[in-house]
Amino acid sequence: MNTPQPSMSLTKPEAFDLTTKQRLFTAIGLIGLLILVLAAFNVNFPYQPIVLTVALVMLSLGIILFANDLYLGKHAGIKNDGVMFKSISSRGLWAWLSGLALTGFYIVLYFEAAWLGLGQDGAENTGLVALFDPFSRLLNGGPASQWFVYGVLYTIAILAFGYKFLLKYRHNRYERLRTYSVMFFQLGFAFLIPEFMARLNSDSFSLPYYDLKNIWPLNYYNFHEYRVDSFINAGDIGLALLIFGILSIFVITPILTYKYGKRWYCSWVCGCGGLAETSGDSFRHLSDKRQFAWKIERWVVHSVVVFVVLMTTAVVYSYLGDDSSKYWLSKNTFLIGVATLLTIVFAWVMIFKRNQLAKDAKYGAIGYFVIILVLFGMHYFNGSNLFLFKAGTLRQTYGFLIGAIFSGVIGTGFYPIFGNRVWCRFGCPMAAILGFQQRLFSKFRITTNGGQCISCGNCSTYCEMGIDVRAYAQKGENIIRSSCVGCGICSAVCPRGVLKLENDSMKGRINSNDILLGNDVNLMDLVNQK
Amino acid sequence: MEHIVIIGNGISGVTAARHIRKLSDKRITIISAETDHFFSRTALMYIYMGHMTYENTKPYEDWFWKKNRIELKKGYVKKIETESKTLHFAQGDTLQYDKLVIASGSKPNKFGWPGQDLKGVQGLYTKQDVDQLEIDAPNNKVCKRAVIVGGGLIGIELAEMLNSRNIPVTFLVRESSFWNSVLPEGESQMINRHIKSHHIDLRLSSNLKEIKSDENGNAKSVIVEETGEEIPCNLVGLTAGVSPSIDFLKDSNIETDKGVKVNKYLETNITDVYAIGDCAEQQEPVNNRRPVEAVWYTGRMMGEVLAQTICGNKMPYNPSHWFNSAKFMDIEFQTYGWVYGEKDRPDYEKHFHWKHEDDTKCITVAYHKDTEEFLGINTFGIRMKHETFEQWLNEKRNVDYVVNNLKKANFDPEFYEHYEKEILATYENEYAST
Repeated sequence: MNTPQPSMSLTKPEAFDLTTKQRLFTAIGLIGLLILVLAAFNVNFPYQPIVLTVALVMLSLGIILFANDLYLGKHAGIKNDGVMFKSISSRGLWAWLSGLALTGFYIVLYFEAAWLGLGQDGAENTGLVALFDPFSRLLNGGPASQWFVYGVLYTIAILAFGYKFLLKYRHNRYERLRTYSVMFFQLGFAFLIPEFMARLNSDSFSLPYYDLKNIWPLNYYNFHEYRVDSFINAGDIGLALLIFGILSIFVITPILTYKYGKRWYCSWVCGCGGLAETSGDSFRHLSDKRQFAWKIERWVVHSVVVFVVLMTTAVVYSYLGDDSSKYWLSKNTFLIGVATLLTIVFAWVMIFKRNQLAKDAKYGAIGYFVIILVLFGMHYFNGSNLFLFKAGTLRQTYGFLIGAIFSGVIGTGFYPIFGNRVWCRFGCPMAAILGFQQRLFSKFRITTNGGQCISCGNCSTYCEMGIDVRAYAQKGENIIRSSCVGCGICSAVCPRGVLKLENDSMKGRINSNDILLGNDVNLMDLVNQK
Repeated sequence: MEHIVIIGNGISGVTAARHIRKLSDKRITIISAETDHFFSRTALMYIYMGHMTYENTKPYEDWFWKKNRIELKKGYVKKIETESKTLHFAQGDTLQYDKLVIASGSKPNKFGWPGQDLKGVQGLYTKQDVDQLEIDAPNNKVCKRAVIVGGGLIGIELAEMLNSRNIPVTFLVRESSFWNSVLPEGESQMINRHIKSHHIDLRLSSNLKEIKSDENGNAKSVIVEETGEEIPCNLVGLTAGVSPSIDFLKDSNIETDKGVKVNKYLETNITDVYAIGDCAEQQEPVNNRRPVEAVWYTGRMMGEVLAQTICGNKMPYNPSHWFNSAKFMDIEFQTYGWVYGEKDRPDYEKHFHWKHEDDTKCITVAYHKDTEEFLGINTFGIRMKHETFEQWLNEKRNVDYVVNNLKKANFDPEFYEHYEKEILATYENEYAST
């Protein structure tokens, strides 16, 4: 396992200590944070709007000034000096402390929002949530919730650390554009637009909170009854949104993934990806590179896909009426539709792409497919609960295990310990579906440059998805992996110009060379043709 | 079962072992006194700079060797008896081989400078060198200044390393401009300026005369030959090139000169003994190549070829067009084909040179002055495709074609600015005026 030497050890070179200025800027940021913590502990501040502004500005300013001091005095270029020695980025004391703090925050956020001051049973907000009330009213007209607080902090994290990332990679236009993109989508699509949409709501018209770039199955709740009902009740606009949600996953996503790989979403648009690429950038090297981790990843992430498909099918099925008065889709038509779709995908893969599947992938695919069909069959013949459990139970279990624990507590809380893409790699069903297509049906690949690789390992080290990029590069083999989010960092940190993210034709996309370019031409022919 | 023993677990030896395993069931043993497992030597600098841990520099996980039935032995070979095919280790034990591959690599050059063996004087080649550097130069309080002697690829890496810990560096370079024994003048000058922009005290045309010792046997200063100036320092990096590490062969029957003498099949004068990588010296070098090629890629290629020979498909070492790469602080460098510096340049070789105004990107295209055939390219700060130049060199394209089609060779990341138009304009401008 690629364990950086924890900097709790005495041998840590002092050369990589923070400068006095950097300590000062860290302090500014931490004071901003402290104000929020104090509010959470029910310290009542007067002039709430001012206090909140001061806190948020100090938080952002701390990060921005720190980044300026860290990067602006140096030449543009790769800036990983001391990463493996600094406490925060090498699983040292600071990493554990911040990991614990983040994890604690997520647990409270998901399960004990009252502790943050969320008013219970219609009561007024207090504490931290109350501090955000004026800002919430300004944007959406209503009081804040714990999710509003979280949304504001999340957006600030992406914007401020995005600025840091922009400075760090200011020589790299791909990284810059990508970062502008995630900053834009977070600020606009994830934060402002839904808040303004909420403002349009009235007694007679109400849209569900909808981050338009959030696509099923990442927003696993999109087709739950309460949302579908409110879409339908909101008339044409609501219906358009519902149709957009369906098109997003079944039409827009496949087209874009075919053309550009899953990066169009995972490292350019997605909010989880956005946070990982900005706030999480300092932890990308902590991802587990072992082959063992890859095996676990494949089973876990695809199991989540199966889970979300079953859960969503069960939930939708449960509220579809047997008559067509409210929903035009009947229970049976829906089930047959789902089964048909799954069969088509399964058949297409097994007929056209089976050679590209590893043995465990074949077993997995067949296994899951059989299980799903058996469950469908059991329903038809027995009339029992679809998938053995009640739809509500499935929904709650998924929401708790995957939605809260996996994506939040583990996924983000453990950034400083397991790296910044644990959720995206092991848990995200959206990433798995996109990755499935990226691996089998996409123009995207990372190309290697002839024989130039020196196996140094910078690419593998800084791959946040734990892909052993070097293993491919040193064989002159294109990197075509389901999990690759196309962040481009492997290419950026390569000292010899070996890696390039590209969209090109499907033909000859997967290659492998035992003998690399530059050697005896006859030998290369002899060995590589086999 | 035939026992193949490989001395050295660097890229050459490991590549040979991997390919022998692919081709056969022979017993394979790799010997190293340096580390338990193969690591990427070129990545040593990143350990000190904190970009990577030692673990990160290993291209294969530790289970790889057992799974592929490649035995690893840690030990230092003291003596080789070729008659009885026996290796004697410094620890006293022995090992029998059927075929022996010497892939023992290089060691830093020392030219008999007074004080070259003092404490605080070191090269940068082995894992132990980096460990030592961590002790002698952990920060700028312990190491107030470092002097680097020798302006090649390792010298500039060491300068970058020390610079990452804010240790002041004086860089003594024998040549009148950095690495201009290899690089054409325009490029070399650009790198001079880049080094200086990192606040490194670059001294050109400067040789080391002597390293002075304090009362404890530590290096305390160096004397510059040309000026007699004494530069106080706590660390001296000797990076004036490397030479084959073959001292342990002195008492054997294996013929050596600078390195282990090998024919084009990488065979030494003794049957069943081969040499590859940095330590091999070709009796008949291919094309314009040097007899000793201490480069990652050539080591790997020799390993690939030798595995064929050992497994019954006898093949000569016959590499295709020369290529190489490096990184000078923040500037990446790639070369394809032959581009010579002033010193060794053949009469027929002419250059087209273009440099970007930001002083971090430039290219030099070498061509034949009569036939205008494209001979090679150096590119700085712009990534280019190996495959494309391999093809153009095979097709014997002319310089015109290459400059007009440079876009096809571009390998920079997506959305990067392109310079082909600017390069072409410069080219046409020069061409029109001559």
